[in-house]
Amino acid sequence: MEAQKNTLLQVEHLKKYFQVGKSATLKAVDDVSFEIRRGETLGLVGESGCGKTTCGRTCIGLYSKTEGLVRFDGEDVHALSGKSRERFKRRAQMVFQDPYSSLDPRMTVAEIIGEGIDIHGLAESKNDRRDMIYRALEQVGLNQEHASRFVHEFSGGQRQRIGIARALAIQPEFIVLDEPISALDVSIQAQVVNLLIGLQQKMGLTYLFVAHDLSMVKHISDRVMVLYLGAMAEMTTSAELYAHPMHPYTKALLSAIPIPDPRVERRRAQAKIRLGGEVPSPINPPPGCKFQGRCPYATEACRRQSPPMRELRPGHFVACFHCPDA
Amino acid sequence: MDTPHTNAPILQVEDLRVSFHTYAGEVKAVRGVSLELHEGEALAIVGESGCGKSVTAKAIMGLIHGKNTEIKPGSRILYHGENILEYNARQMRHYKGGECAIVFQDALASLNPTMRVGRQIMENLMIHKGMDRAEAAREAVRMLGLVGIPDPEKRVREYPHQFSGGMRQRVMIAIAFACAPRMLICDEPTTALDVTIQEQILELIRDLQRIHHTAVILITHDLGVVANMAQRVMVMYSGVVVECGSCEDIFYRPRHPYTWALIRSVPRLDLENKQALSNIPGAPPDLLNPPAGCPFCTRCDYCMDICREQMPAVTHFGKGHEAACWLHHPMAPHVDMPDLEAEQ
Repeated sequence: MEAQKNTLLQVEHLKKYFQVGKSATLKAVDDVSFEIRRGETLGLVGESGCGKTTCGRTCIGLYSKTEGLVRFDGEDVHALSGKSRERFKRRAQMVFQDPYSSLDPRMTVAEIIGEGIDIHGLAESKNDRRDMIYRALEQVGLNQEHASRFVHEFSGGQRQRIGIARALAIQPEFIVLDEPISALDVSIQAQVVNLLIGLQQKMGLTYLFVAHDLSMVKHISDRVMVLYLGAMAEMTTSAELYAHPMHPYTKALLSAIPIPDPRVERRRAQAKIRLGGEVPSPINPPPGCKFQGRCPYATEACRRQSPPMRELRPGHFVACFHCPDA
Repeated sequence: MDTPHTNAPILQVEDLRVSFHTYAGEVKAVRGVSLELHEGEALAIVGESGCGKSVTAKAIMGLIHGKNTEIKPGSRILYHGENILEYNARQMRHYKGGECAIVFQDALASLNPTMRVGRQIMENLMIHKGMDRAEAAREAVRMLGLVGIPDPEKRVREYPHQFSGGMRQRVMIAIAFACAPRMLICDEPTTALDVTIQEQILELIRDLQRIHHTAVILITHDLGVVANMAQRVMVMYSGVVVECGSCEDIFYRPRHPYTWALIRSVPRLDLENKQALSNIPGAPPDLLNPPAGCPFCTRCDYCMDICREQMPAVTHFGKGHEAACWLHHPMAPHVDMPDLEAEQ
């Protein structure tokens, strides 16, 4: 009971398929279950095309689901309508990857941020509305003068701050961050990540952080979920994931990420696990484990059925037949 | 490869200055870059977008021309002692592709979409090696196999759009290596790729480099890739070189405030979580009106009056490690340089 109260978002056996032709089905998200607790950051990592963005968008109701259940604070996100749907949208927001295409070039910053405030009728007066916009700008490290400018006058890092301010303006509890930093330079990435961590601590926000950069995900997240071709491979706390990766894909992924330290890199060079091949197409995938085609341990069992998620250590879930029970 | 090289460098760039003339004015993209490259060596150029690293690479490759671009007089790019800026068309054709090759970031945009990949590899071989059609075709198949493309006999007949991102990058590398160039420039070769594919591509470049003794200039903003590949590193900021040295020097004993902030601004997979990332406030300066002094002065924690007024001189720390920062002037106040090695 206590655990349920703490859970903000609960996802059960979520599937999202896209029909891409007469007999072709793209299985973008295929049976994914997880939960996010209040005030927590869950990192969602995987390579391009593994369904992490689709998963984030489906969780927040931007896509309809194919199967499964997404509960936000106990309510089924995809069954909401009218008032309750409006209310959900105020509580859950999204920040998009590309700060260039996700902000309307013909609107001023004040209009962009004010739009959400107007839709949800949060401001009591014009002055109130203006103050809310200014406050949102200040929260992300911009100031009042920026309000009357247009988006093209800002750099990439500043634009991403505007995107965050837009999400913050309506005081949400939950934000899906879809690769919020991958379009930015390293030094600017650090600025935005520090901002996000600071805002979370101040306002008690809950994040779903979608990214492909595992070092950044590990830095910002409490728990991390690794996706491969739409299916979950492994989920655990971020420290545990690095210290004891169990799924062969996670191991290969971790060993492929170069560490900015030449001596460590030289030491790791011998022990690197090199994956052959590439991520196969998610269109009409064969049955069984999604990773079997590239997995060095794949056996007949992996080709027959997909491995279930098992809790092999406390709080450490792995979907693999070949991981020894702890 | 920490020992200084005794043989002559194959490439010397001296005081390279490149400007673009735009409606808004003159954009000084590269403002006096000098570098040396030796045989078999991998030099990484790191920096944020707009710092001039790609323009430097393109200038070395002889790809900077056009009526709005200008390589300033006094700039010299010496390849085996010859200034390539003075090459005539025939010499230039031999140099491009034959002696020096480049791999771009976006393989889809760099390959010809209307030409089978086999032909694109053959083109190089026929021009530079004087091979006939059949010979070049055989060699193209061999090259594709060498860069790890399965079923090369069949795939030479396909078009770039039939390849995946990682495979396209392999085709680019096959084209670049077809004539066994002495020098290879990789301009963000793996930025568009996933990490497991990146690892494959880096391994491939390393292998080919070992076999052919090719000198590599690697342009990237990923410090992990630098640590993995480079022997020497050059850090650029706003069109100038702020620090240059061996990979160890740059990662463990950085001497420029920008370098050490950069190294501390990336989280590390193998270290504890939640250390606050070093924050470099602000953004790089506008290259239309670069500041008179050190370009990093507006974002630097140690900025002094002189930094705003005059470009800092280069200080040498031995073994080719040098940094351009006023903090190393004898009259500057003492600042404790972080020892990043001890921190671990």
